[in-house]
Amino acid sequence: MHISDGYLGPPTSGFFYAVMLPIWAGASRIVKKTLRVKQVPVLAIGAAFSFVIMMFNVPIIAGSTGHAVGGVLVAILIGPWAACIAVTIALAIQALLFGDGGITAFGANCFNMAFVMPFTGYYVYRALTFKTSADSNRRVFAAGIAGYIGLNVAAFLAGVEFGLQPLLHHTATGQALYCPYGLNAAVPTMVGEHLLIFGWVEAVITALVVRFLQKQDTELLVNTSGGK
Amino acid sequence: MKITTKLWIGMAVLTVLSPLGLFLPEHFKAGSAWGEWDVDEIENLVGYVPKGLARLSTIWNAPMPDYALKGWEEKGLPHLSLSYIISAVAGIVIVSALAWLVGKILAKKGE
Repeated sequence: MHISDGYLGPPTSGFFYAVMLPIWAGASRIVKKTLRVKQVPVLAIGAAFSFVIMMFNVPIIAGSTGHAVGGVLVAILIGPWAACIAVTIALAIQALLFGDGGITAFGANCFNMAFVMPFTGYYVYRALTFKTSADSNRRVFAAGIAGYIGLNVAAFLAGVEFGLQPLLHHTATGQALYCPYGLNAAVPTMVGEHLLIFGWVEAVITALVVRFLQKQDTELLVNTSGGK
Repeated sequence: MKITTKLWIGMAVLTVLSPLGLFLPEHFKAGSAWGEWDVDEIENLVGYVPKGLARLSTIWNAPMPDYALKGWEEKGLPHLSLSYIISAVAGIVIVSALAWLVGKILAKKGE
């Protein structure tokens, strides 16, 4: 769901940069207060994990591809504000170095994948794991559900952003200037693909890593900081 | 072994496996992700190239577009997978170094 340059009109691109600026400022202010020195390596690993997991394109036969983002997992481990910073860095390098996601669309991509996704997933996880011990099975399922919901909410937003473009920008003869597909095509496709396929990939990855950490070192599952 | 060491080993495994993200879509002829088509694909899909899209789509020339090394795009899957792995390594190193630096600057001292 990396929106490329050209798919969003300048007003939409500008709007999402304007929305993200205070979020990035808030994230650095809050992370400054809450992130512990020993969590810094986890922040680095989380950002790198998000970067590399997005390279695993999963095909829909003869149709399309998509991938997990890892944003909810990172939020479970270091809190949603630090996850926002981690995923923002991953998205920035993808856009600048690899042309994956646009420069003008960077604000929108960050809003979907670095802000809404980790926050949604994090609070779903928190709600479902209320008063559970770090090694309970419920945490594994909660992580999967949180990953699934987080990715789908992000996909829905990307669909809305794509789908609004033909309404906002078109020529007198009705040709679109930017994304040519409207809400009736963009939203069902983006949401459908992620509900059916990519959401499950995100769910399984998020749940498996939480399960792995339960076996290895539950400390990472109890030290979540930020956003409390 | 420290948990972060284990997680880095996991990251190395993911790096080696990353060409799967290239092979599988290729094998199933999955094409581009929805909304990530290039200008030619758009023209095939809707019959024209939206004017603003054509203008903005070239605003940035990434040094390694689509996780491929320049000049290696047409050399076939072995070269593509090698450049995919190189891209994964480069990306992981740069992303984690940046995140580590930001974390170091922000994190509370003395804990």
